[in-house]
Amino acid sequence: MSSADISIQKDVHHVHEEHDHHHDQNFFEKYIFSQDHKVIGKQFLFMGILWAFIGGFLSILFRLQLGWPDATFTFLEPILGGWIENGKLNPEFYLAMVTMHGTIMVFFVLTAGLSGTFFNFLIPLQIGARDMASGFMNMLSFWFFFIASVILFISLFLDSGPAGGGWTVYPPLSALPQAIEGSKSGMTLWLIAMALFIISQLLGGVNYITTVINLRTKGMSMTKMPLTIWSFFLTAVLGLLSFPVLFSAALLLIFDRSFGTSFYLSDIYIAGEALANTGGSPILFQHLFWFLGHPEVYIVILPSFGMVSEVISTNARKPIFGYRAMIGSLLGIALLSFVVWAHHMFVTGMNPFLGSVFMFLTLIIAVPSAVKVFNWLATLWRGNIRFTAAMMFSIGFVSLFISGGLTGIILGNSSLDIHLHDTYFVIAHFHLVMGAAAFFGMFTGVYHWFPKMFGRMMDEKLGYVHFWLTFVSVYLVFMPMHYLGIAGFPRRYYSWTTFDSFSMFSDMNVFISIAAIIGFGAQFIFLFNFIYSIFRGRRASMNPWHSNTLEWTTPPLPGHGNWPGEIPAVYRWPYDYSKPGAPEDYIPQTVPYSQTQSSNLPHEKDLE
Amino acid sequence: MITFAIGLSILLLIIVLFLLFRIGTLASIFRGSSQRAVGTTKTSNRVNSALLLLFLFVGGAAFFWSFADAWDEMNQPLASVHGEWTDSLFWTTMVVIGIVFVITQILLFVYSYKYQHQDNKRAYYYPHNNKIEIVWTLIPAVVMALLVFAGWKTWTNITSEAPQDAVVVEVVGKQFNWIVRYPGADGKLGVADYRLIDAVNELGIDFNDPNAHDDFMPMQLHVPKGKPVLLKIRARDVIHSVFMPHFRLKMDAVPGMPTKFWFVPTKTTAEMRNETGNPDFNYELACTEICGRGHFAMRFIVVVDEEEDYEEWLAQQKSFVEQNPDILAKFSSPSQDQLVLSKEAEKAEEVKSEL
Repeated sequence: MSSADISIQKDVHHVHEEHDHHHDQNFFEKYIFSQDHKVIGKQFLFMGILWAFIGGFLSILFRLQLGWPDATFTFLEPILGGWIENGKLNPEFYLAMVTMHGTIMVFFVLTAGLSGTFFNFLIPLQIGARDMASGFMNMLSFWFFFIASVILFISLFLDSGPAGGGWTVYPPLSALPQAIEGSKSGMTLWLIAMALFIISQLLGGVNYITTVINLRTKGMSMTKMPLTIWSFFLTAVLGLLSFPVLFSAALLLIFDRSFGTSFYLSDIYIAGEALANTGGSPILFQHLFWFLGHPEVYIVILPSFGMVSEVISTNARKPIFGYRAMIGSLLGIALLSFVVWAHHMFVTGMNPFLGSVFMFLTLIIAVPSAVKVFNWLATLWRGNIRFTAAMMFSIGFVSLFISGGLTGIILGNSSLDIHLHDTYFVIAHFHLVMGAAAFFGMFTGVYHWFPKMFGRMMDEKLGYVHFWLTFVSVYLVFMPMHYLGIAGFPRRYYSWTTFDSFSMFSDMNVFISIAAIIGFGAQFIFLFNFIYSIFRGRRASMNPWHSNTLEWTTPPLPGHGNWPGEIPAVYRWPYDYSKPGAPEDYIPQTVPYSQTQSSNLPHEKDLE
Repeated sequence: MITFAIGLSILLLIIVLFLLFRIGTLASIFRGSSQRAVGTTKTSNRVNSALLLLFLFVGGAAFFWSFADAWDEMNQPLASVHGEWTDSLFWTTMVVIGIVFVITQILLFVYSYKYQHQDNKRAYYYPHNNKIEIVWTLIPAVVMALLVFAGWKTWTNITSEAPQDAVVVEVVGKQFNWIVRYPGADGKLGVADYRLIDAVNELGIDFNDPNAHDDFMPMQLHVPKGKPVLLKIRARDVIHSVFMPHFRLKMDAVPGMPTKFWFVPTKTTAEMRNETGNPDFNYELACTEICGRGHFAMRFIVVVDEEEDYEEWLAQQKSFVEQNPDILAKFSSPSQDQLVLSKEAEKAEEVKSEL
């Protein structure tokens, strides 16, 4: 099957090569409107980093408010202008910042920035393809994302402020401009940006899936694919199935906002006037939103699973433990992620019976997640661990994933969710398990594949400093938040001083804010390391980590088409590390069994 | 001037850091450590693995200390029957996940330390073991099954139908405060329609309905101790959420879709003041669904009385009609329109109550 595909791919490439020889690509073709998967991946990475700093900066601003609710913030006037009123932050702008922080981080950084970067960059390189199935669609995917980014960015500077109804934009709050300033033009731009974003995701998703299915090199069967590709593939499937539902939810919201329909609106009296809308249901939006929203958190975390598995195996110099169990648990998580969405809605007034069903389905997810953690631990066991910066972030990832994942068992329990829903316990849970953890996955990816992206190494020592500051501050920020949550501190509160019940823990909030500022500051070390290493980093060898996968058989800076000669064929799985009898502690996928008689296992003796 | 000085010192600091970074890089080139494969140099391996172990000990100790330190503050005083069930289930689950947390984190960091790179060593080739996989799939599955069962039982009890004799109170959320309504002596809440809302009649009560005539809206939510209380929850404009932390109670208030939650308070406000040693203690009602500018300030006082005090309080309350005698004039001679309207409203109410 795959050999037939290869020949097609070769033909395509011939055309390209001739094209290259006749006239060099100009600057725009090469770097801006490029159809090369590596350039598009880098474009996504740069955008993702930019957005991450914006999103992170917003969180620092509102952490200032939460840490020091009585302080005056006149010094922020140069940045925030009119949103500082008499030295006080405008409460609606506080909500807008919270909303934009969530939107930016979940969608623009951890979805587009993370999957856009690594799916584009790694899929062709790791499966042995010259490029994506459709370079043009791939380019469109980035530019749709770019336009969405521009629109969302512009919304930050509107007079009425950006969207302010929370990143989940529940109507009626998000549907009624009289309810909150952010539901004026800010919300319109949010919806347009999201619609374009979804188009970008779908264009990318179709491409990823097609590429993985059709363009694998000779010998690269599904069970010889690195776990990275497995996780990317399943993530793309999740995105393709769930993003259209968000699109429809957004579309109906646009209708409600602009064309007087009542999909989500009913029996509303606001701003001195009874609205004519009847018969709609705000709960319908929540169902549609979380039907995407829950798979979305797995869209964020699955790619990190894959990359971390790969990096842990490479640097522990050990095969990943339970390769098939890892694939099976990925499949299980992907499947289950579609039938648990209503655990975000236990206390919305939906039928309690549904609550029981969704509690049951939700807690099942703990099983495949636990299997993954045990397998990572087993991979480390009796390894020969190389602490590269990427490996440090992988270990950090596993630690954060355990800490955040376990509290999911509590929140998934509907009777416990009654007290904890929409409190800081939830904030702590998801920031650890899908926020910080996914960021650690992303850092793992950047540190590990940087040599292949830019042909140079990042500075490892700065990487360690970056890791330690980030790792410690993440725990210092989010562990104490559990205490606030158990005490019932509600999220999206401008300040808690109004309530006697929430009058304690003011020191804790100062502490969290300081830790957050340190953590954010540490990211500038990364930024420096990243930019400096692109230009001045140590030149990378072809395979600096002594890794087995296909991308390390390309030149340090792979050109258009990735491999100068023929695409190598694959003979073995990607995790033959420290195989007894082999001269080196790694055997790349491209080495046939016939050349490794000394290390072959009994059943491998007769293999090619 | 001060800003300039701060700016200058930050700049100098950055330059110093950059120089240190350059020196470090050059030194590693001299030492030849940059020639080795990344992650196999002795110092960085030792430092990082030691730091990981240190993180486990110091971080773990700090976590347990801060947890114990925050214990009293994080446990809100408890005052409802179902709260006891959820609290005990919560701490049981915490113990279960706490055990897993401790074991897995210890293994993670200890393995990282113990199996750090050594030049003369080779990792143990161990790709899979199906028996182990099955064991560690089954164990979490069984634990989850137990937790699901416990959770399901609690949940079913909490969400069961309210007892017939429950005290009924309507709680309505609006931007940005709560309004509560009691049914009065007849025990029945009058019909309401959002189209009848105005500045005086904030809930849009239809006073053509005789049940509405003795309804009253007090400034505090009073409930009797030891009796079931049924909250009928509505919202007027956007989604709000009724949250009473001491009663471990939360339910969204959704415009167009009435919701409900019933509970049994176990301690009066006075008893709680004694217990907490805080003479100003009050039960509070907060909003936990983002609803706009004043979301953080939707505070409403809840008072739990002994039953006789509660009855006394009830007797003192004046109905809304008594307080606003003019209101009936609007409804006294219903025009044809209003008749139709009120019928519709009744129908709507019927549909809702069926839901």
